[in-house]
Amino acid sequence: MTGMIPFVPSWFDPVSAVLLVPLGASAILALLPFYRLSSGLNMLASFIALASAAMLLVQRPTGHVYLMVDDFNIVFILLNNFVSFTTSAFSASYIAHELEIGRLTPRNLRFYHAMFQLMLFGMNLALVANNIGLMWVAVELATLTTVLMVGIYRTAEALEAAWKYFILGSVGIALALFGTILVYLAARPVIGEGLDAMVWTTLIEHARGFDPSLLNIAFVFLLLGYGTKVGLAPLHAWLPDAHAEGPTPISAVLSGLLLNVALYALLRFKMLLAANPAAIAPGPLMIALGLLSLIFAAFMLYRRRDIKRFFAYSSIEHMGIIVFAFGMAGPFGNLAGLLQMTMHSLTKSAIFFTVGHVAQIKGTQRIADMGGLTTTHPVLGWLLVAGVAAIAGLPPFGVFTSEFLIVTTTFAREPLLAVLFIFGLLLSFGALLMRVTDVAFGEVKGPGPARRTRPIYR
Amino acid sequence: MHGLSFDIAHMLAGGLVLLSFMMLYQTRLYPLINVLSAHAFVLTASVAWQAHIQHAPHLYITAAIALVFKAIIVPIALRRMVFRLGLHREIETVVSIGLTMLAGMGLVALSLEVMLPVTAQSDPVAREDIALALSVVLIGLMVMVTRRNAVSQVVGFMSLENGINLAATGARGMPLVVEISVAFSILIAFIVIGIFLFRIRERFDTVDVGVLHEFRGGRG
Repeated sequence: MTGMIPFVPSWFDPVSAVLLVPLGASAILALLPFYRLSSGLNMLASFIALASAAMLLVQRPTGHVYLMVDDFNIVFILLNNFVSFTTSAFSASYIAHELEIGRLTPRNLRFYHAMFQLMLFGMNLALVANNIGLMWVAVELATLTTVLMVGIYRTAEALEAAWKYFILGSVGIALALFGTILVYLAARPVIGEGLDAMVWTTLIEHARGFDPSLLNIAFVFLLLGYGTKVGLAPLHAWLPDAHAEGPTPISAVLSGLLLNVALYALLRFKMLLAANPAAIAPGPLMIALGLLSLIFAAFMLYRRRDIKRFFAYSSIEHMGIIVFAFGMAGPFGNLAGLLQMTMHSLTKSAIFFTVGHVAQIKGTQRIADMGGLTTTHPVLGWLLVAGVAAIAGLPPFGVFTSEFLIVTTTFAREPLLAVLFIFGLLLSFGALLMRVTDVAFGEVKGPGPARRTRPIYR
Repeated sequence: MHGLSFDIAHMLAGGLVLLSFMMLYQTRLYPLINVLSAHAFVLTASVAWQAHIQHAPHLYITAAIALVFKAIIVPIALRRMVFRLGLHREIETVVSIGLTMLAGMGLVALSLEVMLPVTAQSDPVAREDIALALSVVLIGLMVMVTRRNAVSQVVGFMSLENGINLAATGARGMPLVVEISVAFSILIAFIVIGIFLFRIRERFDTVDVGVLHEFRGGRG
């Protein structure tokens, strides 16, 4: 706790605000039938949540058995609320167009806005939870709300995507719960029965004394369980479908935030394992899964024909990079991982905003039917080029810094892995370059500049 | 006394595994739903027994939820759904029954082999429960993987959740938060499934997931 801010009343608690604002907003939005007002309110609620999250920087509450804020999760809370605020702004213009062309009805939108805030609540709760059981419940809540939103268009494809996401997501989350129970079993002989044995801050203090073999098995379940939600390579099947068939604001939130939240949960447990000297090192497992995701997704990028599916695979690739970085660990590995997570969230959500507008202008998501975007829509086209350059890791952008850090630290310790890692990076760079030239340059396809998307401020 | 309480807990957990095997060889929907119902009844008995031997009255709530929600309401709802949607009563399986039974035996052996050595320090009841619960979870997973029909996938998922409940109650003194939330999330999950099933019905007159795949066509 670092003192109070003068103009904030003493009863104001930023942690509660971060949780209660979205929850309350969700209830109000579920009742409001006016979609224009709702989208404004959605933005306002997200903004208040963001402001409260920013307040955490100066006024950090002391943790208790259910909630806590520390140096690690504060980054994510801030990022989470920032991206959801920008997404709510994008969503306001996006849904106006969807209403116009009749893909969504005002009734759908009421549901959509309520779910959006409920999802924000779930993600914030998962991030501030100090209890591993509570964290699990929150991740489950966030998953279920996104499932509902992925299926909102109610087309055959959207329903299939939602069903697949739901089934794979629940299986993953069930395995994660099994892992959580095993962690509790490992903690019980040391900490004693009851609530304390699920409080993360207590767990990490006593992790040294836990039974290592039980922790190992728990971690395997947690890696598979939360790893499914992160979208790591053999478990990623739900991710491209869910991204491609849902509304674009949801694709942005899925890629930018929900994957991060699941990864955050996994990292908490990784810290537990790392605190126990006798347990297996979680590093090699994570490095293997990370590299597999990176290289697999890089190859897959070449075969995509749908632009949202394309960027969904790019998210798998980046999750692979991040898991790899945390697997390498060490001060530089962790720093690079965190930086990459932040940069990926910001860049990928921005790309999805652009892609959403592009798809609305062109009336399709097929890459083959787009082309010459910089000629017809210079601003949008060049923004997309800039976004792709950023996500590909070109120098002036943030992803370059983090990937550079990963490459240098890997070369210093495991040169062979670095070679594989760079191979994956170059491969995906090629795919990104190829597709962005198709869409942004080349001959003009689809509707010209006459039709424009509605700007946010209208 | 301890011997008897252990034996009963062991028997109930073993009963769950046995019922999971029964799910594997059902090829018709109604009997499958009946097995699910029986599965939930045995879970109820098992949870109630744990509540008794652990002197943990809050576990009776979990048992009550399992009884009312999972053993009665859900099977009735599923049966009505099968009837109202006029689904095919036969379940298409991906792999033959014999093979899945063999694989199921393999999974049980695997989970015993994995869990028993590492839980050596825990008390014997928790040990057995966790090992058998893992078998139930894995078999539930296999039911989901090898069935193409959406309703039977739901059944597989429910049995998987039952296995997790068994593990959660076997872990002595696990905080209440988790149990209630587990039950609650199952409730939510089920509503979600229900909504989706009806929407699927609206769109293409089938809940066979294999048919859904065709709709995706050439999209890459």
